[in-house]
Amino acid sequence: MYDISMHEAQPVQYMERTRLYYEAQGFDRAYQWAQHDDVPFKPLSKPLSESRVAVVTTGARYDRLMTDPRFVDSGDIDELPSHLFARDLAWDKEATHLNDLGSYLPVRILQTLAENGTIGSVASRFHCLPTEYSQRRTRETDAPEVLSRCQEDHADLALLVPL
Amino acid sequence: MILGSAIDIVERCGVPRFYFVDFPLGNPCGKPYDQEMQGSIVSKALSLFVSASEARTVVKDPNRWGSEEWRERYMEINPEDREKMLRQGEERRRKRQHLRDIGHTRKD
Repeated sequence: MYDISMHEAQPVQYMERTRLYYEAQGFDRAYQWAQHDDVPFKPLSKPLSESRVAVVTTGARYDRLMTDPRFVDSGDIDELPSHLFARDLAWDKEATHLNDLGSYLPVRILQTLAENGTIGSVASRFHCLPTEYSQRRTRETDAPEVLSRCQEDHADLALLVPL
Repeated sequence: MILGSAIDIVERCGVPRFYFVDFPLGNPCGKPYDQEMQGSIVSKALSLFVSASEARTVVKDPNRWGSEEWRERYMEINPEDREKMLRQGEERRRKRQHLRDIGHTRKD
């Protein structure tokens, strides 16, 4: 008996899939994905149970068209929306949906984990980081802006949850 | 730390810690309305803050989406759609050029 569940499914190769898709649309230059030889690492400076965690998403608080410019934005965790917007981004709109905030923005779960002492607290704002074609813009403008906002909120850790 | 699903993109980029959830793009914290799964995924992801000792640490979540069709269907290209896709690409390039022409772009 051949049991297919015993065989591990392979992760989707998104870079290759994207390259073929845009090639089929007649784009002649493939996107150059970010690549870093040196990756920073820092151990925790205090226990997780004393750390404040900030959440960063690629979703948006406002509806956008694919052609609208995107900017860093932040929302109050005490005024969470029912869902975020992301029809301008590439994600699997056929297989799933964004109607349940908890499936992609873990603020409420983190609040529960703060209550039971797993983490210290949740930073007062969550941040919406725009996905940009320009890596320079992400590196030099948007990422420093999100970092600065996390620091303003005295966050110790950042949990980045891209759609 | 990244909690996400596109492992090829994240590993190419290189990040300190990556908790990999092999789900369709859109629900990295767990299936919609499954609060138990979401709690489990986020808790395990957080533990990676403590357990990782070097950059590029990747841990895979054991949960499964339930079906596998989405893996093939995402950005699937059907041969009969080739002409349509070329037209869509042409339209997209035309719109982008128009937005650049009228200055509807980020200035920073």
